[in-house]
Amino acid sequence: MRTYLLLILLLSSISSISQDCDNTLFGTVTDLHDGSLLVGATLIFVDTEQAVQTDLDGNFSISKLCNDSYSIQISHPFCLTKAITIKVVGNTTKTFRLEHHLEELNEITIAGKAYSNKSKTIFENKILKEELERFSSGTLGDALNSLSGVSSLNTGNTVVKPIINGLHSSRVVIINNGVRMEDQEWGAEHAPNIDVNSVGHLTLIKGAGALQYGGDAVGGIIVVEASKVPVKDSLYGKTLFTGTSNGRGISLTSQLTKSYQNGWYANFQGTLKRFGDFEAPDYVLSNTGMFENNASFQVGLNRFNYGIEAYYSVFNNEMGILRASHLGGAQDQIRAINSDRPLIINDFTYQINAPKQDVTHHLSKINGFKRINNFGKLSFQYDFQRNYRLEFDVRRGEDKDNASLDLKLDTHTLKLDLDSNLSGVIHLKTGLMGQYQNNFVNPDTGVRRLIPDYDKYDLGIYAIADYQLNQKLLLEAGTRFDYTYMNVFKFYQTSFWESRNYDELFPEIVVEVFNNQILTNPQLNFYNPSVTLGANYSFGEDYKLFFNYSLASRAPNPSELFSEGLHHSASRIELGDLSFQSEIGHKVFLTFQRENKTFSFSISPFINRIKNFIIIEPTGIQQTIRGNFQVWEYRQSDAKLLGVDIDANYAFTKNFSYKTQFSLVKGYDLIRNEPLINMPPVNTINEIIYQNIKLSNLRIALQSEYVFRQNEYPNNNFEVFIPQTETIEMVDISTPPDAYHLINFNSSIDVKVSKQSILTLGFGVSNLLNTSYRNYLNRFRYYADDLGRKFLLNLKINY
Amino acid sequence: MKKVKFLTISIFAIALFASCSDDDVPEPVNEEEVITTLTVTLDSGSGSVVMQYQDLDGDGPDAGTVTVSGPLSANTSYDGSIVLLNETEDPAENVTEEIEEEDLDHQFFYTVGSGLDVTTEYTSFDSAGNELGLTFELNTAGASSGGLTFTLRHEPNKPNTGLADAGGETDIEVTFSVAVVD
Repeated sequence: MRTYLLLILLLSSISSISQDCDNTLFGTVTDLHDGSLLVGATLIFVDTEQAVQTDLDGNFSISKLCNDSYSIQISHPFCLTKAITIKVVGNTTKTFRLEHHLEELNEITIAGKAYSNKSKTIFENKILKEELERFSSGTLGDALNSLSGVSSLNTGNTVVKPIINGLHSSRVVIINNGVRMEDQEWGAEHAPNIDVNSVGHLTLIKGAGALQYGGDAVGGIIVVEASKVPVKDSLYGKTLFTGTSNGRGISLTSQLTKSYQNGWYANFQGTLKRFGDFEAPDYVLSNTGMFENNASFQVGLNRFNYGIEAYYSVFNNEMGILRASHLGGAQDQIRAINSDRPLIINDFTYQINAPKQDVTHHLSKINGFKRINNFGKLSFQYDFQRNYRLEFDVRRGEDKDNASLDLKLDTHTLKLDLDSNLSGVIHLKTGLMGQYQNNFVNPDTGVRRLIPDYDKYDLGIYAIADYQLNQKLLLEAGTRFDYTYMNVFKFYQTSFWESRNYDELFPEIVVEVFNNQILTNPQLNFYNPSVTLGANYSFGEDYKLFFNYSLASRAPNPSELFSEGLHHSASRIELGDLSFQSEIGHKVFLTFQRENKTFSFSISPFINRIKNFIIIEPTGIQQTIRGNFQVWEYRQSDAKLLGVDIDANYAFTKNFSYKTQFSLVKGYDLIRNEPLINMPPVNTINEIIYQNIKLSNLRIALQSEYVFRQNEYPNNNFEVFIPQTETIEMVDISTPPDAYHLINFNSSIDVKVSKQSILTLGFGVSNLLNTSYRNYLNRFRYYADDLGRKFLLNLKINY
Repeated sequence: MKKVKFLTISIFAIALFASCSDDDVPEPVNEEEVITTLTVTLDSGSGSVVMQYQDLDGDGPDAGTVTVSGPLSANTSYDGSIVLLNETEDPAENVTEEIEEEDLDHQFFYTVGSGLDVTTEYTSFDSAGNELGLTFELNTAGASSGGLTFTLRHEPNKPNTGLADAGGETDIEVTFSVAVVD
């Protein structure tokens, strides 16, 4: 057994007053790895035979202690019992850390222990299960949105794409149960294909520091993990039902887990969601319904020395896209922008018509680990993902019911990781990764391929070491190298091929010349190094300082390389560039944190300097038979993003607390010397929470969300001649909407149904005042207001 | 070096995913829905004027070409007809037929520029009796010149009083410079 299983953080209690045998020891018992609170841990004072248990917040107190040393035995159902000796001088506060999941099944998780810190020198934001359950009827993006520094790029209210410190899409890596999601994540209107109800624990890392997951997370990494299963004979589950007024829909999710003392376990989870058209305060948002069904199954064996697990999940989501957002050229854009109501408003319906998306994501994996004495823990994982993406446009003729985009992406990944303790204070993680990916674009759509067919091979190798210099200071350093090879078959329109001079630059890649198209075979190589350096310093009673520098390299994505044509939902022509190089980001992320029972806070300033930053921006107007379209071209530039995220928590009394959150980010294109587009506006969330465990765990929360107007934005407006009025009109696609303020209410109460089941009843209202507003980061802000008031009823039963 | 790496990866990949590799060269996709060519024929009985907009690369960088075969005669009545083609396919697809089949979901609009002294009137209607506009009558007055714009809207509100309240999406918007001579 490891000797470091139990650590005591000895804290200097300066203001100690000598009072014989009238001292109180206040303490908290937490998980050694992620700091989560351990409820129901028993502390026995061996000398005095006093015993005490931690409450729901992991806290305990014990009085009548002398200025003396005491031996304490600490035990918890999922931990090994440990004995320690502490010294009491005056009233003393201490934090005890137990190795919580030694006996738990997620030991099997490849990249380190479950719920453990993914990076030791980047402050991590976490969302625990109780909080995630409040987003049961929403999306993963909605849940992430509740964290400071995270915003979302929305396409309506069902496609919610997380933005971390101003960056999104290919710059954000999502790890789902140890598997890196490969779900056409490059698309700004492609939401992550993860069921929020399958997530037991969510960690956000605002940087690329966790190199075990990849070296290309210029923006950050989101790690979602399933709930932990204890090693004991047990059968338990939960069912969560949510009904909402807006969208007139329901969400139903259920989970059942069976576990055995011998380490075997199985878990099944399923979700069904059905919503009709959502509504803004003044009108129906026509064709915004959604239908989602998901399931996951997990079976495994967990022993101390070895373990194996198989996991499969399927995610299917059909989402309507606001009908009024589907436009022709600039003249339609002007009509839509100038109208304060959407141009198409129909009666409420559950039916989902074109334009819509229909996405299915299969994820399967098998993984295992083996502990080898004096060597470390060796883990392997093989995973296979298949992503089907269908997008339907408003079409004509025989193609009316055909998808306009039909993609199939297969990804196979093999990983081998070694986690070893070189000495008591040096810890080394190393690993290898190999990946093969095939993207197939169905040509039967009758629409030229948005992204081409390709095969992609990745090979990665990394090493991360941390060194616990002393009780207070930890240093971390890591490096990773990734090699990417892409073998692409791309059809170019002859006119585009020639206008870009590709006929002179890349004549060797031409395979075949057709009537008005050219088939090419680009073979691209990318060599991407990445580095992380950091430190973590604890001082005073509850202060911590995190410092991290990370260098991330990201190969351009297929859309940045190969886009070439009209993008319907954006009503613009988008052009990629075959000659792009990898994007290289340097991010420095600092956090000053105070963890305390009454007043906690964290302040995290950051700066991210990105070389070869790929941005898309307007370059001109193109005349087509459908009228004028703005042309947007991808370009490589240098960018600088800087900002600060602040979280604070203050407990007025035992039951009343106040929570605040503030995020600011500024982004600039350093070559053009102008602000970057779609930077999240400054926003602040303030919440007053009343919670009383004694009163059936009643919880009432009132939340204010204020989003400022984005005042820094590039001017991408353009002028266009309107023949009907014979005037030249400005198409204002740049000006951000006004600031807005939303009030949300949330409440819940626990009812004991039987000895083993608890029913939690919840009631909430979002946008309580039914405020009409538009969100700068919603792609449909030109066409319609955002969601109006929503009543929400939750029923959860644990059994 | 490059080759060695590639070779290593290839072997690695082939060994693992032999069954998955799909080296078939993809087939080209012809844009089925694109309208490349709009031809308006104005026939006065004694002669005709043909106006054409053709853009063979659709949303590609090449601009469309606009041709008007000649001027219109003053104080004359013309029978107008519109033909739409997709010339990226071989043989060219006649899109006019699709518009006729989906007549309830389409409507052409004619916009006469301020300098031009002509009037237009619908002569084709959909199955519900509302204006469709694949054929029309154009009457010229005195000598003048200006723009004549043809707009095709998909899923417009029908009936309507014109483009201002028609809604829908623009499938075509093409302006011809037209002259009327004595």
